[in-house]
Amino acid sequence: MNEGTGIRDYDWWLLTIIFGICGVGVLEIWSATHASHLAGMHWKQMWWIALGFGLMMLLSRLDYHSVLDKTPVLYLIGVVALLAVLVVGHTRYGAKRWLPVMGEFLQVSEIAKLIIIVTLARFFAEVRTERLAVADLCKAAVLTAVPIGLILLQPDLGTAMVLIPVVAVGAYLAGIQWKHAAVMLLAAALMLPIGWHHLKPYQKERVTTFLRPEEDPKGSGYQILQSKIAVGSGGFWGKGLGHGSQNQLGFVPVRYSDFILAALAEELGFAGVFVTLVLYTALLLRLIQNAQHAKDRAGMFLVMGVAAILGFHVLVNVAMVIGFMPVTGIPLPLMSYGGSAMLFVFLALGLVMNVRLRRFVN
Amino acid sequence: MRLTVISYTIVGLMALLLLGFWKLQIIHSDLYAQLAERNRVRSIPIIAPRGAMLDRYGRVIVDNYPSFSVLLLRDDPQQVDRLLPQIADGLGVTADDLKQQLDAATALPHFQPIVIKPEATPGDIAFIESHRADIPVLEMLMVHRRRYPHGGFMAHVSGYVGEVSSDQIEESGGRYRPGDIVGKAGLERQYNDHLMGIDGMRRSVVNSIGREVGRLEQTDAVPGKPIRLTIDYDLQLVAEEALVGKKGAVVAIDPKSGEVLAMASQPSYDPNDFAVRISKEEWQDLNEDAERPLLDRAIQAQLAPGSVFKILMATAMLESKAIPADYHIFCPGSAEFYGRTFHDWKPQGHGDVDLHKAIVHSCDVFFYNVGKQLGIDRISFYGGNLGLGHRTGVDLPGEEPGIMPSESWKEKVFHQKWYPGETISVAIGQGAIAVTPVQVAYMIGGIITGGRFHQPHLLLSDKAAPEIDFPISDSTVETVTEGMYGVVNEPGGTAGASKLPGIELCGKTGSAQVISEQGLKRAGKQAALKDNAWFVGFAPRQNPEIVVAVLVQGGEHGGEAAAPIARNVVKAYYDKKQGRVPPQQLTTQAVPPGIPPSFAAQAAARTNKPDDGQEETVPTNPDPVPAKPQPVSTKPQPTPPATLNP
Repeated sequence: MNEGTGIRDYDWWLLTIIFGICGVGVLEIWSATHASHLAGMHWKQMWWIALGFGLMMLLSRLDYHSVLDKTPVLYLIGVVALLAVLVVGHTRYGAKRWLPVMGEFLQVSEIAKLIIIVTLARFFAEVRTERLAVADLCKAAVLTAVPIGLILLQPDLGTAMVLIPVVAVGAYLAGIQWKHAAVMLLAAALMLPIGWHHLKPYQKERVTTFLRPEEDPKGSGYQILQSKIAVGSGGFWGKGLGHGSQNQLGFVPVRYSDFILAALAEELGFAGVFVTLVLYTALLLRLIQNAQHAKDRAGMFLVMGVAAILGFHVLVNVAMVIGFMPVTGIPLPLMSYGGSAMLFVFLALGLVMNVRLRRFVN
Repeated sequence: MRLTVISYTIVGLMALLLLGFWKLQIIHSDLYAQLAERNRVRSIPIIAPRGAMLDRYGRVIVDNYPSFSVLLLRDDPQQVDRLLPQIADGLGVTADDLKQQLDAATALPHFQPIVIKPEATPGDIAFIESHRADIPVLEMLMVHRRRYPHGGFMAHVSGYVGEVSSDQIEESGGRYRPGDIVGKAGLERQYNDHLMGIDGMRRSVVNSIGREVGRLEQTDAVPGKPIRLTIDYDLQLVAEEALVGKKGAVVAIDPKSGEVLAMASQPSYDPNDFAVRISKEEWQDLNEDAERPLLDRAIQAQLAPGSVFKILMATAMLESKAIPADYHIFCPGSAEFYGRTFHDWKPQGHGDVDLHKAIVHSCDVFFYNVGKQLGIDRISFYGGNLGLGHRTGVDLPGEEPGIMPSESWKEKVFHQKWYPGETISVAIGQGAIAVTPVQVAYMIGGIITGGRFHQPHLLLSDKAAPEIDFPISDSTVETVTEGMYGVVNEPGGTAGASKLPGIELCGKTGSAQVISEQGLKRAGKQAALKDNAWFVGFAPRQNPEIVVAVLVQGGEHGGEAAAPIARNVVKAYYDKKQGRVPPQQLTTQAVPPGIPPSFAAQAAARTNKPDDGQEETVPTNPDPVPAKPQPVSTKPQPTPPATLNP
């Protein structure tokens, strides 16, 4: 399994982009927290990055086909873990999302994301028809719906939503028929009111205040408004690192995590945002390129699953920062502070590297 | 193929998001920069103290004392709404009242705090300090509260201050901002620009939970400048005390310069009531009070002058030369003109009367004849030139012009012809003629100085006040002066009781009917409308130094009700001049500028408001630093006298 997997075969462009984004993130975490009681957070983040990088390299050495082979077991483990979280999970901020692992609290849903990517990649790879049959589509939907349901029970609407693009992109690439897609969309639209009914009050509030943020300046609309103020006041060149009054004085909510792009936009301006978004675009396009060059359908679906989930994260988070979307608690991959999320992204990218390394094999 | 579609979709969405950033950061960046500034910067005004008012010797009459107002920061309306009941409870006000104040301030920008309780008690301060964490929307504002003499002392002259009205803001052309405290009446209004300082601003950085984390620039307040008045506190005190319990006015002027030495009007109000925040009810009471305490009778009471007008008639008679100076008549107690009988005040008559005797005894019949021969237009000509029918120009807002009737005046106002009989009434200061006390002092001051009319003014200045010259011959001045000397000093003079040993007090009494006899019949009640008593006096006979005009409404007889007041003022002037009585020592203690307890007590007793005795409650001084009693000597203060041109 070692043939053709030398140092030169790693995707150096991808690694450069990844570390570029991580570097910007660390810089902004430092800038946003160095003058507060959170000072030193960037060191922790660098530690997570190092750990993530290590895991990515490890995972890239493992042939992804052997991972795909173990899909049923992995899927079962994932479902059990999600159930375990509901039973013995650690409650923070009113939601059970964490399982204690090795002294740290692991967000199990991050693992679940990986498992769904792998499971769906194998499932779609095995569908050999040019057009996706209804039966297969339904199977894929059920496979995704089970973990989504469990994650919704935590409750964690954001993460649950993140899984949808994986199956959507997969189905699209597997040749979903337009009428099926239309029916699915219609069904989703019909589900909306029912879903709305089951939302937690704070979730409903987030959606309503997203639609009319000015009505509720210190409720959840406050977060969007403060984020927009920070972004807007940054102007073209920004206020300079460490000089963003809105994030430094705590007006920007969780300025080192979900709203890190707002802090960056305030301090580095439109110029900084432009560079950051170009980096993310490059990352996603590079992933798609890797998918194109994948040796087999399974590799392609694997990479595109990762691309779908990362792309969704980026788009939703960025849209939230400028008030295009409600507050969902979806972090910005590779930049937002947080161990579980960082590890998940690196593991996902490890799968991509894995596919890349084996593109010329056989 | 499908992967390419996804690539384009990603690029498209990213471009869309970048557009979003462009809109926020480039197109609307000014707006958001402003919002960001509003977020982090809290501006608390630093109130500039108003300038003090000093009397002509530098004694403090009106000054300030430190106090605290409770400010409500309204940056976050939701939080304010939520905390409202707690705030109302803690400050001892009703939530409805707070709501009203908030509603009234909706037009102001949100970041501008509003004063919800102008006078914070020590309890309020403790409440705010102890709830800084959970009620972050309250702030204390150090203010300088105006301190006026109690009991309405000199209230009409000093005026009062209050929150600027929207009309005033518009008039000021941007100089006043909402919430500013400005002069509303009297000198406070007249010299507001001089007295009012420029408020400073303390700008501090607050974090997202409202805690102050740093200071930005601080603009210090520029204190207002003090004004030095022409008022002599000692004379003012005599005038005020003399009027206690009466309805009327006293105006004392130095005829050589126009400087107003004393100016009092009663009934009065307490400007201190306005200094905090006057309630709607109090304001209504003051406005609807039948006694009209807000009226400055010294410059706004327009009344018939009665026999005081005879001095003008005498001057007109001599100066016009239409009637010989030795003109004399026989007064039988009444005379008939144009088919109507006009009575003299003395039914049995004055017998043979010349001009001197006519002034001394105030013979009506003599002046009926003079009036008939002069005619209304000649009387009006002299009246106008000797200061009647138009404002004197005293430096107080709201002066009334009075009325100096003439044929054309009647034609213009009533579209009626002048009846010759009306001239007979005007000749003794009755009928359509109306004057203010300050006009009377101005007129007499001008006549006895040979026609040099100095604009009355209250602001002490190096520059001479505007002067109008209407030369009057020495012989006329002498005749009039001798007559007025006789009124006080000759046997049978109408003010003989006010003779002052060693002082050449001259004067003229007047008793003016409030309305004509026909009007009286129409009103159907006589008791309520007693004659107004007038007296205008001056001293000494040669080179007069002080003119005093006194009006006592309903005082009936000028010689009995008004003359003694003028006499007291003149006596005080001489007592001081000759060093018999030391000047009052004034202090700036919490107890207002040296009102003798007698005056304060009388003033308190006079007001029979239900909250009687309120005047004696000294305002609680919440200043943690005890106010040091500062004895103020009578020697000129270091504060430079104002040099405004009145």
